[in-house]
Amino acid sequence: MRPLTEEETRVMFEKIAKYIGENLQLLVDRPDGTYCFRLHNDRVYYVSEKILKLAANISGDKLVSLGTCFGKFTKTHKFRLHITALDYLAPYAKYKVWIKPGAEQSFLYGNHVLKSGLGRITENTSQYQGVVVYSMADIPLPYKGGTTPYYIRDEEMDIQRFQWLAHHPQAQPAQLGP
Amino acid sequence: MEGQNVEELLAKAERDEAEKLQRITVHKELELEFDLGNLLASDRNPPTGLRHAGPTQEAELRALARDNTQLLINQLWQLPTERVEEALVARLPEPTTRLPREKPVPRPRPLTRWQQFARLKGIRPKKKTNLVWDEVSGQWRRRWGYQRARDDTKEWLIEVPSSADPMEDQFAKRIQAKKERVAKNELNRLRNLARAHKIQLPSATGMHPTGHQSKEELGRAMQVARVSTASVGRFQERLPKEKAPRGSGKKRKFQPLFGDFAAEKKSQLEMLRVMNSKKPQMDVTRATNKQMREEDQEEAAKRRKMSQKGKRKGGRQGPGGKRKGGPPSQGGKRKGGLGGKMNSAPPGLGGRRKGGQHHGGKRRK
Repeated sequence: MRPLTEEETRVMFEKIAKYIGENLQLLVDRPDGTYCFRLHNDRVYYVSEKILKLAANISGDKLVSLGTCFGKFTKTHKFRLHITALDYLAPYAKYKVWIKPGAEQSFLYGNHVLKSGLGRITENTSQYQGVVVYSMADIPLPYKGGTTPYYIRDEEMDIQRFQWLAHHPQAQPAQLGP
Repeated sequence: MEGQNVEELLAKAERDEAEKLQRITVHKELELEFDLGNLLASDRNPPTGLRHAGPTQEAELRALARDNTQLLINQLWQLPTERVEEALVARLPEPTTRLPREKPVPRPRPLTRWQQFARLKGIRPKKKTNLVWDEVSGQWRRRWGYQRARDDTKEWLIEVPSSADPMEDQFAKRIQAKKERVAKNELNRLRNLARAHKIQLPSATGMHPTGHQSKEELGRAMQVARVSTASVGRFQERLPKEKAPRGSGKKRKFQPLFGDFAAEKKSQLEMLRVMNSKKPQMDVTRATNKQMREEDQEEAAKRRKMSQKGKRKGGRQGPGGKRKGGPPSQGGKRKGGLGGKMNSAPPGLGGRRKGGQHHGGKRRK
């Protein structure tokens, strides 16, 4: 377990900033406690200082996870967001998309959402903008699929598609702390 | 009328004389103390004049300075003079004031191995005579050095000891032994030096070839040998089935796990600020590298033109040696401190530069 290097932090921030923009500052600098990012086995965990101190007592090979896993760094040092980050990204999301109940199930199983399935959408969402998808009951939705969700408006074909991120095949075992 | 003018002129001349004399002679209650070796004059008179003057003391201070300097110069004029290359020069006496140290006191050096040993055993250096009686030449000769008393190297006959191989070259053996002694001495001297300066010596464990070395030792020795070239092993070929060594790169250093949380937060916020700002931040290294490259290209182009001109004019010596100094360092787009070397073309470097290559100076990736 170690803190992130400059390069790694930059890559990660750039990715997260696509979804929450300047609100990322609120994640870094929280009024209710010191939270930090730590790297363990190529995964980035967002963890409070208290939990971090407890986790330091566990040897590296026995430690599975701590805090919240935001994502992981791939072999070529690109950052992949995981759905476990959704709880932290959703409240700060800049561009939100609400989808109708009919399309919700389809989206959860990994399909694209057409324009007809779109309920509401924040203004000024540009094409290929990273968005957070909500159901009509304001619940942020993840799903098992390919890439992080973004909004495409294809003018010629007039389809709007959404795709979201790979949920890691293994379930997250024994999380330490919230 | 004229008489009056003449009188006035004379009076004026007299007044001028008096003034000049007054300027040269200064009256002081206490004599100044002079240290002409350091060109020093100490004035112990109480500065009553200054106290009366009040806030604006400029004129008084200046007058005081002038007076004291005048006295010092008067003293200097009294010194013995001589002529050095058409200039009249006064010879200053030895300085009497002792100036304080310029640099701090040198710290004591650590003892060498021999000194430690001698101290332990209580060995004190025996005073030896410089000259020794030499039987062979029948005169007093030095103990060591040029034309020494018992010179091993000058012997023309060496008896082969009974235990030694009759075919061995005793002379060569002697020379070899001397070389080894010298090398050993040099090694010890360098070790002592390294210990004194607390430099770590490269360890040579396992590099002494015996007949029986383990596989790991041999491997290590091989690695060291590979890296001990001028290019630090970059162009050393590998044997056909030899594998590249694992983990021979530099070990990365990370921040500590519980480092300063506040500092971490600050640096992350700073990074975010930079990311969010609309202006693109300048990468200092890239900017300096680009500038250096441009300068090199300019130099190369100029040199090519010079050489062409020279050839055309039938090999006439153009102004090749003189080169104008590098372009002004503070170009508009430079920000922050020195990212790399600013002046890539030091003036007066001369014409012979290998095609735009940069002498020294590191380019950072």
